[in-house]
Parts: sequence; C-alpha cells; structure tokens
Amino acid sequence: MSRKWVISAATAAAALFIGLGGVQAADKKLVVGFSQIGSESGWRAAETKTAKAEADKRGIDLKISDAQQKQENQIKAVRSFVAQGVDAIFIAPVVATGWDSVLKEAKEAKIPVVLLDRQIETKDPSLYMTAVTSDTVHEGRVAGEWLAKQTGGKCAVVELQGTVGSSPAINRKKGFDEIVAKNPGMKIIRTQSGDFTRAKGKEVMESFIKAENGGKGICAVYAHNDDMAVGAIQAIKEAGLKPGKDILVVSIDGVPDIFKAMSEGEANATVELTPNMAGPAYDALIAFKKDGKAPPKWIQTESALFTPDTAKAEYERRKDAY
Amino acid sequence: MTLSAPGPSRNLPQYGALIAVLLANWLLFPDFFAIRLQDGRLFGSLIDVLNRGAPVALLAIGMTMVIATRGVDLSVGAVMAISGAIAATMTGAGWSLPAVLAASLAAGLLCGLWNGLLVAVLRIQPIIATLILMVAGRGIAQLVTEGQIVTFTSPALAFIGSGSFLTVPMPVVLTIVALAVTALLVRATALGLMIEAVGVNRLSSAGAGVNTPVVLVAVYVWCGLCAAVAGLIVTADIRGADANNAGLWLELDAILAVVVGGTSLLGGRFGLVLSVVGALIIQAMNTGILLSGFKPEFNLIVKAGVLLVVLLLQSPTLTLFLPRPKGARPIGTVKPPVAPTSGGAKP
Repeated sequence: MSRKWVISAATAAAALFIGLGGVQAADKKLVVGFSQIGSESGWRAAETKTAKAEADKRGIDLKISDAQQKQENQIKAVRSFVAQGVDAIFIAPVVATGWDSVLKEAKEAKIPVVLLDRQIETKDPSLYMTAVTSDTVHEGRVAGEWLAKQTGGKCAVVELQGTVGSSPAINRKKGFDEIVAKNPGMKIIRTQSGDFTRAKGKEVMESFIKAENGGKGICAVYAHNDDMAVGAIQAIKEAGLKPGKDILVVSIDGVPDIFKAMSEGEANATVELTPNMAGPAYDALIAFKKDGKAPPKWIQTESALFTPDTAKAEYERRKDAY
Repeated sequence: MTLSAPGPSRNLPQYGALIAVLLANWLLFPDFFAIRLQDGRLFGSLIDVLNRGAPVALLAIGMTMVIATRGVDLSVGAVMAISGAIAATMTGAGWSLPAVLAASLAAGLLCGLWNGLLVAVLRIQPIIATLILMVAGRGIAQLVTEGQIVTFTSPALAFIGSGSFLTVPMPVVLTIVALAVTALLVRATALGLMIEAVGVNRLSSAGAGVNTPVVLVAVYVWCGLCAAVAGLIVTADIRGADANNAGLWLELDAILAVVVGGTSLLGGRFGLVLSVVGALIIQAMNTGILLSGFKPEFNLIVKAGVLLVVLLLQSPTLTLFLPRPKGARPIGTVKPPVAPTSGGAKP
C-alpha cells in the first residue's frame, strides 16, 4: 500500500515538475507566427531570410507560413496561429482590405498583431499593435536630396516610374518631386513608366536618350527601383555614353545588382528599402511583453542612402541574403 | 488566284497604318528617321522599333500558323520565360553557348509538343489547352530561377540580344531569318495549304487526306520554338532572366499583331509578313509614345485608339462603305485557296 502511494506521489511530482518546466520554457522563448506573402521577388525572399536570422539572434521561435500570394492562405495561417496560441502574429499583408474579421479573432485571443512592410485599411486600428514599414515618399526625398546636393541643384532629370498607379510609384515620384520643386535648377525633362522591370527600363531609357539629343541633354536618371536602373545603365552604355559619369544613375531598393553596378562605377546612389522589417518588430514585441508598453502605431524603417564608396563591401554582404 | 485576290489593295490597311504611325512619330519627334552607327551597330529610333518589335514579331510568326489552324497559343509568354530562365541559369552554371541554346530551344519545342498533343490528340480546345501552360509555365520558369532574377556576364549569350550582324541588331536578324524559314516552309511546300485547310474545316481536310494531328502538332511546336527564340532575345538583352516579367502579356500582343495583320481568328488564310507588320505597328506606337513625352497614364489609351482605327479599317461591314477595287476582299472572309500556288498573302 505504502509503496503504491510513494510511486503515485513520485509520478505526480514528476508530472508537476515537467509541467512547470514546460511553462517556464514557454515563458522564456517567444513564439511568433509569420504569415509571409510568398517569394515573388528577391527582396521578399531576403525579408523572410532576415526575419529568420533576426529571430535566431533574439532566441525567438519563428513559424513561417508562405501564402503564395493569396489572402485566403494568409487568413488560414492567422487562424492556425491563433489556434496554436502563439505569442504574436506578424503579417505581411498581400492586399490592404479584408482583414477585420480574422484580426478580431486574434484580438479576442489577446494575441498582438504586427504588420510588416505594408499597411492595411481598417476602421479599427486597435486590431493591430503596430506596423513596421518604410516611408516610400521619404525614399523619393532622400534620392532627390542626394541628386540636388551632387549637382549643386542644377540637373535635367529623366525619370523611370514604376507601374502606373502602384503606391510605391506614386509615392516615390511625390517625394522626389518635392525636392525638384525646391531647386529651381532641377527639372524632370521626361518621365515614363518602366513597369519596375529591367527590360522596360532599358527600352524607355533608349527612347529618352534619342529624344534628348543622343543623351547629351540628360544630367541624371532617377529610377523608382534598382531593376529599371540596371536596364537603363545598359541602354546608356549601348548609346556610347558612360553611366555614372555622363549620366548619373540614382535609384531605390538596394538590391545586390545595383551595388555591383556601383562598385563598377556605373551607378551613383541607391536608397535602401531594408529587408529587415522583422527586427524592429521583434524589439517592439519584446518591450511590449516585458512592461506592457504598446509601441507607436507606425514604426518607420530607415531609408539609408548608399554610394559607390561602400558598394563593394555591401555587395559582398548582401549577395547571399538575397 | 482570283479567289485569293492578291495585290496591294488588300494589304493597304496594314501598310497604311504602319506608315501613318511612323509619320506621326516623325511629326512628334523630327529626328525619328535619323540613323547613325554606334559601336558598329545601327542606332536610331527606327532601329529601336525593329529591335524592340523583334520578340513580338517572332511570337506573331509562330502565332500566325497556330491561328491559321483556328487555334490560339496563350502560352508563348510563359514559354519565353522558361527558355530565358534555362539560358541564364545554364550560362551561370558554366555551360557553353551551343549547349545553352540547344537546351532553351528544346524547352520551347517540348512546350509546343505538349500544347500540340493536347490540341491534336486529346482534342482539347486550344484556348484552354494552352492556358494550362500559360499559368504553369511561368511557375516552371520561377522554379528554374528560384524566384530570383538570374544574371549572367557571358558576352556570347548577350550577343544575341545586343550584338549585331553587318550593323543590323541580332534580334532583327533572327526575326528576318525566322520569317524567311517559316515562309519557305509553308509557301514553298504544300504545308501552308494544309494549315489553311485544317483551319477552315478539320474534318473535311482529314477526309481529303490531310494528316491533321501532325499538321496541328507541327504548328504548335513551331510556335513554341519561335517563343523560345524570343525568350532568348529578351534574356540576352537585359543579361538576366526575370521569370516574373519576361514575356508577361506578350501573348496578347502577339495575337493582336496577327489580327492587326489581317489573319482571321476563325482560321484559314494567313499573312505571315502582314503579322510582322502588325507587330511593327504595335511597337512603332510604343516607341512613339515613349518619344512623345505624353504622361504614362495615356499610354494604353493612345494604343487602344490607334488599334481601333486599324481594326475598323478591316471590318467587313465598314469596308462595304469604302471604295474598293473589284475582287479585293478583306482577308479572312475569303474562301480557302484551291491550289497550293494561290497561297494567299505572299510571304
């Protein structure tokens, strides 16, 4: 009888101990569910890779769900994260609308939600804790300011716009236009859409060069993304001009290939859209879990400007992340 | 011969439209026809029209054959992406140019074979059969490139996109060669007649002894090959394979070029050269818009307006009101030719 009692007591104690241990481990290690859009671009893949690396750095357990560009997959992922009882949910929303009901479910489960890289449209901002995104208008401003400084405020610019109507194209144009308006010597002489692609960037630049007296009237090209700039560089070369010297090249994104072009002296500046959206989100989350202080509704990532002097090192650093 | 009514009058809308668009470009931009040599290569806006129009012209050549059989190939844009992805990835892995070209063209051939078998043997409607590869093909290309833009530095492959032969840009040379070879195949043999026969009535032509499955598979394979060459050109041009964007929506431009060229979607008679002219009309408009300095928001509206006029000029109903020389009829409303020698539009 007593022997039986001892065994059951020991079992109970062991069970209690294991249970406690489990609770303790959960306390220590944060679990974050991340619903990623997919891997449609090199930048997106880099964002996922960086999110993993930053999670490892902080000892966070990151669960990634790839939505393959579909909102319904993202909604499913969020529901499954809620069911698993994760400590926080990160979403890179594929579209801006249609999130209210699933975010309400997360809110009822008291799981904080962080938006990465893109904002959503909702009437109830309490549905998410914070959004970590870059300011695309600011990116345009940074590119414009660099060019104004470099040319003493005198420059005839041709602009390669992104896809007509897309928000980065609208905002990157807006920011750049603000700087142009401030510098009477700066002028956008031609602007056309290059659809964010290399091929179209090259084709449009070819026409710009012909339209502006073989490129002699062009001081600089401002491209809304690096890929179009890479295409433009080839067009400039094929016209017998030197990109980076005869025509300055400034663009936005900071993908590895533009750093390569800069290290070869063919591009002059790029404004980075950092793929590290998750890092600031983890920090905000850890602070929130520690003392319950809610972060600001919008955490703006830095739009750093890079120039050829650091290009080689930056290229080496990036080529594996992308 | 009387049925096919050859002569300049029938081709007037196409050549007229091309000349009108070129003249409009010249009015907007006085240096439009200026051509000079740059690094041993012709350089000028007119050359841009030919050079940038080459991929769609190549697609249109293959597409003309398919449409003449009363089919359509929606997968050509995706096939371009696949062939480009293979070329860039293999070049990056150190393969030699002949191996790279062979693999890319073989991929185009396989894609065409797949489409052809679905249409000819399984008798799936062409628009659905080729839709499968249109959707899946881009995914295949993305698998090959692993979702990245794969760049390469090989000057040999880049030559296809930006090199020149006797000062003529390579894409233009390749298009001319493809046009000549296709024209020779279909006009110097009875193949063109068989294609038209299948397009007009598959059952009757089978009854008349045409091996319809072979003809159908052949045109889809040829279309796939043309798309693979176009894919090589765009990849070589930007020295990188962009699986997400290479050839995106170009199937629509190619179909448009064929229709603008006067070949009926109902199959039957086709005009190869006219399809290429159609492609050039589209590209001349694109280049003109870029030179004009219009806001990009107007691009599509201007394009649609010009195309509407060109297509209205070919409308059977409207052309009744236009004075026409006797015997001249819009292409596509004409009965199929009765003898191989009266093969419709001259190549």
